[in-house]
Amino acid sequence: MTDLLTREQPPKAAPVRRRSRPRKGPVAYLLRLFVTAYLVLLVAWPVSLVAIRTFEDGFSGIQGILEDPDTVTALKLTVTVAISAVVVNTLFGVGISLLLVRSEFPGKRALSALVDLPLSVSPIVVGLALVLVYGGRNGWFGPTLEGAGLQVVFATPGIVMATAFVALPLVIREVVPVLEEIGTDQEVAAQTLGANGWQTFWRVTLPAIKWAIVYGVVLSLARSLGEFGAVKVVSGNVLGQTRTATLVVEEKYLNFDQQGAYATAFLLAMVSVACIVIVSVIRPKNERS
Amino acid sequence: MLWFSLLVLIPLCAVVVTAAEGGWDTFWTTITNGQTAAAIRLTVTAAAVVTVVNVVVGPMIAWVLVRDRFWGKGALELLIDIPFALPTIVAGLVLLSLYGHDSPLGIDVANMPSSVYLAYLFVTLPFVVRMVQPVLEQLELDVEEAAASLGASRFTTFRRIILPSLTPAIAAGAALSFARGVSEYGSLVLLSGNLPFKTEVTSVRILSSVENNNLAGAAAVATVLLVISLLVIVLLDVLQRRVAVRD
Amino acid sequence: MSIEVKGVNKNFGDFVALEDIDLHIPTGRLTALLGPSGGGKSTLLRIIAGLETADTGTVTIEGVEATHLPARKRNVGFVFQHYAAFKHMTVAKNVAFGLEIRKRPKAEVRKRVEELLELVHLSQFAHRLPSQLSGGQRQRMALARALAVEPNVLLLDEPFGALDAKVRKELRDWLRRLHDEVHVTTVLVTHDQEEALEVADQIVVINDGRVEQIGTPDELYDRPANDFVMSFLGPVTTLGGQLVRPHDIDLSDDDKVAGSVPGVITRMVRIGFEVRLHVRTDTDPDVHVTMTRTHARGLETGAKVWLVPTKGALTVPALDSPEPAAAG
Repeated sequence: MTDLLTREQPPKAAPVRRRSRPRKGPVAYLLRLFVTAYLVLLVAWPVSLVAIRTFEDGFSGIQGILEDPDTVTALKLTVTVAISAVVVNTLFGVGISLLLVRSEFPGKRALSALVDLPLSVSPIVVGLALVLVYGGRNGWFGPTLEGAGLQVVFATPGIVMATAFVALPLVIREVVPVLEEIGTDQEVAAQTLGANGWQTFWRVTLPAIKWAIVYGVVLSLARSLGEFGAVKVVSGNVLGQTRTATLVVEEKYLNFDQQGAYATAFLLAMVSVACIVIVSVIRPKNERS
Repeated sequence: MLWFSLLVLIPLCAVVVTAAEGGWDTFWTTITNGQTAAAIRLTVTAAAVVTVVNVVVGPMIAWVLVRDRFWGKGALELLIDIPFALPTIVAGLVLLSLYGHDSPLGIDVANMPSSVYLAYLFVTLPFVVRMVQPVLEQLELDVEEAAASLGASRFTTFRRIILPSLTPAIAAGAALSFARGVSEYGSLVLLSGNLPFKTEVTSVRILSSVENNNLAGAAAVATVLLVISLLVIVLLDVLQRRVAVRD
Repeated sequence: MSIEVKGVNKNFGDFVALEDIDLHIPTGRLTALLGPSGGGKSTLLRIIAGLETADTGTVTIEGVEATHLPARKRNVGFVFQHYAAFKHMTVAKNVAFGLEIRKRPKAEVRKRVEELLELVHLSQFAHRLPSQLSGGQRQRMALARALAVEPNVLLLDEPFGALDAKVRKELRDWLRRLHDEVHVTTVLVTHDQEEALEVADQIVVINDGRVEQIGTPDELYDRPANDFVMSFLGPVTTLGGQLVRPHDIDLSDDDKVAGSVPGVITRMVRIGFEVRLHVRTDTDPDVHVTMTRTHARGLETGAKVWLVPTKGALTVPALDSPEPAAAG
């Protein structure tokens, strides 16, 4: 009512709620000490020991595995498998996220719960399940596929499937909350401005979920590179053919090649730690904007 | 959808169908077989104990990460994610370096049942912490101040106001942690030695059945694990709905 | 007996939130702390509640030296802008909380909760969760919760700030009636001058961490201590170097009245019974004048008029600074 007549006030920044930090009692310090000790003993110390043992003899350990053709083949296979699985999971993940958030259909709730299933299923069970269906000799589909010239189990496609299975929910879990949060206003706005479905997705929806997809991809990549149990069951672990990097670690350790095991483990750990560092660095930046 | 069916649904159904093919009696005999039963018992006990530890320690870690401020907190934040990101086989190796035969602490749990507990503790570390953290961050300080102005002590505020708000998140984290523990395989391979009746867990039991080409037996034990996974998922769904009602 | 605030200073890092505050809040009255956002009024309220500690100075509540008492021992009721509801408890449980903390007998708690829910008209919602209530209902619940412990002082921090205009007005009237019933010493923080003028017995104008003026609503409106208080309490316009209320300007079509200033009507807006004029004079490009529709008959945009403050009208010298807050 009065704003027409009052002098115009310059717009003020939103008031910042200022609070003093609560004083800390001895409990807070004890808690801090306990938590730090717990994490150091459980995580930090053991992880750093692996790093130290890898470099006990300088770079010879790392050099050793990079010169071993079998290990290099395994590393290459791991990278190929991880990238294939991540590509498949990203496409599928975005699709299913859109389906889960933007449409209504019977069984939606069941599907959204089932999507999380791979996170809590044992990798060994995943491997077993794939063998039962795609096994070359007596799987449900295996013999047919093999007749058509496609070997799944004990071959690369099986490893990709096992890896894709275990990393499946990661993209979806990142994208779904973002899709829910942005709502449909912008998409509807784009449609009223004449955009068709594809344009709306490409120019409005995708930019909005871009970062969620990136996090999902990075997490999937870390998970895919490190998958062990499921791969062990479906791969057959054939030296130089279907042996992945994680299987190399086990093999080397059991054959008393500790140095080699540590070095390979260190390489894998480096990649996965790099992945979480990337995620933790880019995430807060994006959330602030 | 087709891809999802081919990749997830049909294979998992195959497990259950294969387990059911032999009939109930075969199924029951398989899973109550001495060695298998011992493995299941160890798996479930260890997962349960570790989950209890996480329920206590997880919120403490989350609390320190959210409410405390000190030098090096960022590093702790990073440590929480390592067990999740680290390949499981590497996790086993990592634990072996501090708690194995040449432990600098003189603690050797390798090939002991306690190694199973240790591995579970490691791989399930992030779940409760990461579930509780966002809830704790969103908890309004106003609410705690309101309790204080009504005469509640710090402890009472924690017990009656903060803890009830965290309960659904803790429960969800506990469910995930239990499920992960029960299904764990990779980190144990090098650490536990897979000694029957002593350190052999369910996943390892399934794998050895697979390697002996006893797929039906493997499927029977796998079904037990699948049922546990499904129960956890249903529980999580219920919990999430309950939280949604409250807000 | 009352609340005494003496020599209170509070800084947040470099930011001076409160500077040397002395304040007397009388028992049984409703006092409003009025001022722009970020002016320090909420901080002062939180210091009185014990939710914040002053860097220097003392707070005495009903004769008890409270400066170093924690919030839970001050026996104050505090109501927050965003309700601070205990989300996992029913409405009745929320209200009962303070009594349960004090270990009152169950029967007494139940009776008192019933009375309070009656008082705030929430009896039929006793077993709902806060999430099932509207904003206005949640704030009434918060009020009942604060009153349950029979506080010495009731402190309200922008209690209606998160509510829409209509509900805000209803609750404001209701709060005044409630206060007339229970007579608890009440301090209300608000940035809405209408709210303060309508409900408070005494208003404390706070700006930039300092007290600008203390007085009854009438004193403040009729005798503002400076241009800040004048412009914060109602609409003002500048005419010939003086701040004056737009309805305190006489307008005529000749220069008979001594001291009147010529100008041209640039814009007319009719709002119901009221007409608002914008007039350009030689010295002031945009003078605002309000009058009733009857008085405005015959005027039109572009007409030449003469302006002068009404006889006996309140005027305050306008300082050079265009921002009254800085002139304080």
